[in-house]
Amino acid sequence: MKRQVVSVMLTAAMAAGMMAGCGSSTAATSSASSAAASSSTAAASSSAAEESSSSEAATSSSATETAEASSAEEVKSSSAAASTGKADGTYALVPKSAGNPFNEREADGFTEAVKAMGGTPVVSYPDSATADAQITVIQSLISQGVDSIAVAANDANALSAVLQQAKDAGIAVCTLDSDVAAADRAVFCNQAGVQEIGQALMDAVLDISGGEGQYAILSATSQATNQNAWIDAMKQIAASDDKYSKLELVEVAYGDDEPQKSTDQTQALLTKYPDLKVICSPTTVGIAAAAKVLQDQGSSVKLTGLGLPSEMKEYIGDDDAHSCPYMFLWNPIDLGKLAGYTSIALANGTITGAEGETFEAGDLEGSPYTITKNSDGATEIILGQPFKFDPSNIEEWAQVY
Amino acid sequence: MEEKKSLWKRITGSREASLVLILVVMLILVECIQYFGGNGHFLSPTNIGQIFRNNALTMLMALGMLCVLLTAGIDISITSTLAFAGMIVGMLQKNDVCHNTFLLFLIAALIGLACGFLNGLIIAKGHIAPIIVTMGFMYIWRGLAYVVSGNQWASGADVAQFAEFGKDGSAGPYIILIAAYVIFFIVLKWTTYGRRIYAVGSNMEAASVSGINVDKILVSVYMIMGLLAGLSGALSVSIYASAQPNMQYGKEMDVIAACVIGGVSMNGGRGSVVGTFLGALFYAVLAKALPLVGLDSIWQNLIKGIVVLAVVLINTLTQRAMDRAALERREM
Repeated sequence: MKRQVVSVMLTAAMAAGMMAGCGSSTAATSSASSAAASSSTAAASSSAAEESSSSEAATSSSATETAEASSAEEVKSSSAAASTGKADGTYALVPKSAGNPFNEREADGFTEAVKAMGGTPVVSYPDSATADAQITVIQSLISQGVDSIAVAANDANALSAVLQQAKDAGIAVCTLDSDVAAADRAVFCNQAGVQEIGQALMDAVLDISGGEGQYAILSATSQATNQNAWIDAMKQIAASDDKYSKLELVEVAYGDDEPQKSTDQTQALLTKYPDLKVICSPTTVGIAAAAKVLQDQGSSVKLTGLGLPSEMKEYIGDDDAHSCPYMFLWNPIDLGKLAGYTSIALANGTITGAEGETFEAGDLEGSPYTITKNSDGATEIILGQPFKFDPSNIEEWAQVY
Repeated sequence: MEEKKSLWKRITGSREASLVLILVVMLILVECIQYFGGNGHFLSPTNIGQIFRNNALTMLMALGMLCVLLTAGIDISITSTLAFAGMIVGMLQKNDVCHNTFLLFLIAALIGLACGFLNGLIIAKGHIAPIIVTMGFMYIWRGLAYVVSGNQWASGADVAQFAEFGKDGSAGPYIILIAAYVIFFIVLKWTTYGRRIYAVGSNMEAASVSGINVDKILVSVYMIMGLLAGLSGALSVSIYASAQPNMQYGKEMDVIAACVIGGVSMNGGRGSVVGTFLGALFYAVLAKALPLVGLDSIWQNLIKGIVVLAVVLINTLTQRAMDRAALERREM
C-alpha cells in the first residue's frame, strides 16, 4: 500500500515536471521543431489564410468603399490619422502553425514592422495547428508580460477565456488572418473582405469562361468556415446580377486540402462534366493539385482561385500550355505588418479598436488605415483588395512566398 | 465432375478468389452507373491509368506492410518516413544540390532503409511491441520532416524536372509498381527468405528452434518496409510535384486497410502478394469510383468505411467457413 502511494506520488511529480518543462519550451520563440509532429491541420492552415472565422462574413463592399473614401478625407484633414507613436515594448504574434510558408511570411512581416518601430517582436508558434496549443502559448506570453498579443486563431471560440485573461492583465489583443469573437479582441486585421474575394473569384470565372458555360468549385473541407463563406458569397453574387446568368455551377467538390484527394476530385470533375469550362479553387492545396491535373492532361478546362505564387508559378500563363490564366491571394507579409502596427497602436492607446479610428501603418500601401465594422458589427481593418497574380508578376512574387 | 467441383470449391474457398468476385461486381456496378448516367465508360484507359497512378503510394507500401504483418508486426511510422524522405528529396532540389532523378530516388530509398533499420533493430533486440516503437518513430520522422523543411515547401518549379517522372502519362510509377509486385511475388513464394518470413510469423518459437535467425528476419522486414516508404516519398514528390512536411498524413491506415482487405492476417503468418494487390486495387477503385458515381462529397468517407467493413466481413466469413470445412474433413 505504502509502495503504491509512493509510486503514485512519484508519477505525479514526474508528470508535473514534464508539464512544466513542456510549458516553458513552447514559450520559447519559434519552436519549429516542436511543431514537428503536428498535424494535418497544418495542411488546412496551408490553405493560406483561408480559415478566417465566420464572424467576418459578408462585409458589404459598399461599406468598405465608403470607409476608404472617408479615410482619404481624414488624411486630408491632416492630423486625423494619429501616428502609431513610439514602441519600446514587447509585441507578440501567435501564428496558426509552424511549417507553413504562408505563416512564416506573416511572421516576417510582423517582425519587420515591430522592429521598424523600435519594439521587440516575439513570434511564438503553437506546437500544433490547434486552439489548445495556442492557449498554452498565450498563457506563457501573459506570464512573460508582453505588451500585446496578435493571434491568428485556430478556433473562433476556444481562445475566449485565455484572451480575456490577457486583456485583464492589461495586454492589448488583436487578431489577424482568422478571427475570434468580437468581445475577445480589440480589432481584427482582415486580409480581404469575404465579399471582395467572392466578387474577384466570380468575375474571374466570368472572364475566363468567356461569359457562359459550366464551372465547378474545388474547396478544402466541407466545414471550413472561410471556404464556405467565400463560396456562399460567390453564389450570392452570381444570383444578384444578370451577367452571371449564363454561368452554371455544376458542383462543389471537396479535396480536403490533400494533394491526393484533390487530384481524384479534379479528375472526377473532368470525367463527370465534359462541357466544364472553369474550375475555381479557393484553397492553395486544391488549386495546385488541380493545376497539375489540367496541365498534365492538356485539358482545355481553365483554372482560377486562391493560390500561393511559388506553388503556382509553373501553371500560370495565358497560352494553352498553362492551366491557370490568373489567380488571387493576399500578401502575408503585409498582413503581418498590419498586425504589427495595429499591435503597437493598441498597446500605446493610439487606437482602442472602435469603429472610425484611424492610424498610420508605416510603409503599407493602404496606410493610414481606418477601423470599420463588418455586417455582424465586429470591428476590423481590411488590408485591401485580393491581389491578382498573372503572368506579368508571377515570377517576381514566386520569389517572395 | 470431380474436377469441376474442385474448381468451384477453389473459387469460393480462396479469399483471393472471393475478393476478385467482389471487385468484379463492384466494377460492373460502377460501370453501369457511369455508362447509363451518360458519362461514358468507367473502365476507360485514362481512368484505369489514374487508378494506379493516384494510389501508387498505397499500393507500393502495402507490399512492405504485407511483410511486416506476416511477422505479426505492424508499422505505423511509414507515412512519416515517407514525408521525411520526400522532404529531403524536395529540399535537395529546392536548394539545387541534386536534380538527378535516379540519384534522388536512390537517396530517398536509402533514407527509408535506414529509418526501417532503426525500427527493426529496436523491435527485434529490445523486444518492444512494434506498434509502440513505430509510434515513437512516427513522431520522430514526421518531426524531422518539419525540421528539414525549415517552414518551406518544395513545389512547382523547384521539382519540375523530377516531376516529369511521375507526370500523368509517364510510365515511371507503373514501372516501379510492376517491378515491385513481381519481385515480391517471387521472393515471398519461392525463396527461402520468403518462406522464413511466413515461418517467423506463424510461430516464432518454432522458427527459432528450427534454426531461423528470427531477429535478422524481423529487422529485415522493417528495412524492406522503410525502403518502400522512402521510395514512396520520392514517388509522392514526383507524382504531386510538391513536397510538404505533412504529406500523406494519416494514410498509414489506408495501407494497413488495403492489406487487411486483401486477406492479410494481423496475427501473422497469413497473407499473399496477390491478396495484397487485390486489396490495394479494391481500395484504389473505391477511391476513384466514389466521386464519380455522383455521391455528395461529404458522404464519401462514410460510404468508404461501410464498404471496407463489409468486404472484410464477407472475406472473414468465407475464410472461417473454409477453415471449418477443412476441419470437418480432417475429423472424418
